[in-house]
Amino acid sequence: MINYLGKALLASCWFMLLTLPVMGIRLNTVDQTVEWQFDRVLMLGAAIFFLSMLWNWCFRRKARGLPLLGLPAALGKGLGELFRLPTRNARTRAVSLGAVLLIMLLMPHVSSFYQTNIMISALLYVMLALGLNIAVGIAGQLVLGYVAFYAVGAYSYALLNQAFGLGFWTCLPVGGFMAVLFGLALGFPVLRLRGDYLAIVTLGFGEIVRLTLLNWASLTGGSGGIKDIPAPGFFGMQMDIDVSTMFVYYIVLAAVVVTIVVISRLKNSRVGLALQALREDEIACEAMGINLARVKLSAFALSSCWAGFAGVIFAAKTSFINPASFTFMESAMILSMVVLGGMGSIVGVVIAAMILILAPEYLRAFSEYRMLIFGAIMVVMMIFRPQGLVTGERRRYRITKLHGDAAQ
Amino acid sequence: MSHYSETTDVDKDASTQPRNDASRAQEAAPKPPVLDAAIVEDQPESSVASAPARRTPSIGSRPVLEVEELTQDFGGLRALNELDLTVNEGEIVALIGPNGAGKTTFFNCVTGIYTPTEGRVYLYDAQKRRQLLNGRKPHDITAMGMARTFQNIRLFGDMTVLENVMIGRHCRTSAGIWGALARTRAARREEQETIDISYALLESVHLEQFWNERAHNLPYGAQRRLEIARALATNPRMLLLDEPAAGMNPQETKELEELVRRLRDSRDLSILLIEHDMGMVMSLSDRIYVMEYGSRIASGAPEEVRANPRVIQAYLGESDDA
Repeated sequence: MINYLGKALLASCWFMLLTLPVMGIRLNTVDQTVEWQFDRVLMLGAAIFFLSMLWNWCFRRKARGLPLLGLPAALGKGLGELFRLPTRNARTRAVSLGAVLLIMLLMPHVSSFYQTNIMISALLYVMLALGLNIAVGIAGQLVLGYVAFYAVGAYSYALLNQAFGLGFWTCLPVGGFMAVLFGLALGFPVLRLRGDYLAIVTLGFGEIVRLTLLNWASLTGGSGGIKDIPAPGFFGMQMDIDVSTMFVYYIVLAAVVVTIVVISRLKNSRVGLALQALREDEIACEAMGINLARVKLSAFALSSCWAGFAGVIFAAKTSFINPASFTFMESAMILSMVVLGGMGSIVGVVIAAMILILAPEYLRAFSEYRMLIFGAIMVVMMIFRPQGLVTGERRRYRITKLHGDAAQ
Repeated sequence: MSHYSETTDVDKDASTQPRNDASRAQEAAPKPPVLDAAIVEDQPESSVASAPARRTPSIGSRPVLEVEELTQDFGGLRALNELDLTVNEGEIVALIGPNGAGKTTFFNCVTGIYTPTEGRVYLYDAQKRRQLLNGRKPHDITAMGMARTFQNIRLFGDMTVLENVMIGRHCRTSAGIWGALARTRAARREEQETIDISYALLESVHLEQFWNERAHNLPYGAQRRLEIARALATNPRMLLLDEPAAGMNPQETKELEELVRRLRDSRDLSILLIEHDMGMVMSLSDRIYVMEYGSRIASGAPEEVRANPRVIQAYLGESDDA
């Protein structure tokens, strides 16, 4: 205990010393005097002392394998049960999924236009994060330029609409297809790469796409972007902006549901197992008869196609796109969602994407500290829960010999 | 160097001939067509029923794996030097040699992880046709019927034991992305088959109680057996085991030896193993190849290799009482 007190004291003293010139000295320009503000420095020191103690306490709990929040036993158990309830059996699962879906369906009718708009972008990010989850979480291929595929989708719609007047519904599959082509174009050269090298190349790829969009002004309009992209039509119906937004909301909600269904089926299939094996060990993967090139390319293609779809919807929703929407920051954000949610977990990634997009919107009061809080959350998560929010989502297998013949 | 192998090769042929005749009579009897060799033939529960039908070890003179003058250079280093090796049907052959002799390099060349600098590797397919393996990709070679385990265990650690074996079935199944998304009847049936075959394979290596555990949580010896089950899931006719007994205690080694023998006897399988445990090598192998500095220095039946002065000098010097 004395040891920890000493450490905390040392940390706070060190911090006070470091911040003394910035926090403690103030130049009074009127009187031409130097003012010492020791009270501020001391307050800071006290805060650091307290934080350091808290930090140490958390670490000791972690070392003893205790949960970070020491809730009373009964409450903790109750909460645990509550969280596990949706996964307990098929019925609770169906009921909770149905409830979530119902809330999501009713949401645009009870909330404001502004909130519907926020929810649309949150759902778009859910889609992006789920798509990236295929490459990063399931197949273990660290892709840092994912936003490039998002841009490809968005620009596919914008350009095809501008040049040929193609509508949203035609461009939705085309955008996905274009993104897959780009995914394969990236996939071929990086077949031999893994880990850090792959990350660097994909990072470069993202930048190449963005810079091309920025500088090929004759085609893409450069930094001015493309405007007047039409919203999705519904059999030529005239819609005002409210109805149109609601319509986009339902489109993106449907797209998210489709994404979840597709990915959960994919993950548990023969192809999905091969993708997971790729993440675990490439050499063993090859030796077990898995065509490495094919599996890697499928990972890239399956992953990029969702970004393409999301891009088309994004272009239709905002009606204006330019390269500023497709910076590395976006890629990093999407990757954070996958990492925070838990690699390979569908529920976790959905929750993380929702939190990371909705929290800043509803906490506008702290908007100046947004990145600071974000960074702090990432650090704390990586130390105390590196596996992400949700883990251990495992498929249950039915073995004929043990469980009898399945009713097929 | 060559005159050792010359004499021992002749001796080998003589020694395997009688067993060969005995097994040929066995082979003459019409065997039920084995649709899927991965379906375990001697499950513990049914061993009583199948005991009379149990095949004797059928060591044929027909080769399964033929390696001719295999050479592998790494820059200026010659890791393998014109190595010849043959494994016949139903044989258990051991490849031994001091550390760094090039045994694992040999495995990597044969399974396509390395591309050999020179020489030829042939695998005989189920129709006894000779297929050249040089330049083929590892997954292709696995699909042709050669499977391996790794010296430093390479399991898919974060996946369950059952899933590890299921991945071995990958090259014998065909469901694609469409099958996965639509969950077609064919895809579901294939998947259930994969699950059941994989579970049966786990039973054959006595890992069935761990089927739903993560692979990296298994004890060491069990991980080695899981690697064998995973390799068997690819329906190999040629199985390469890279130090299967490394890190096992004597009891586990004994069980492993039983397992390898049982697998050979119950399946259409030939086995080539790298092993340092001399007791196991001597009692298990039909023939032994000895390597030193990338070259073969001797080959033949265990007792011959044991008596070979060159081998004693190079390798068995300190442990020839094994």
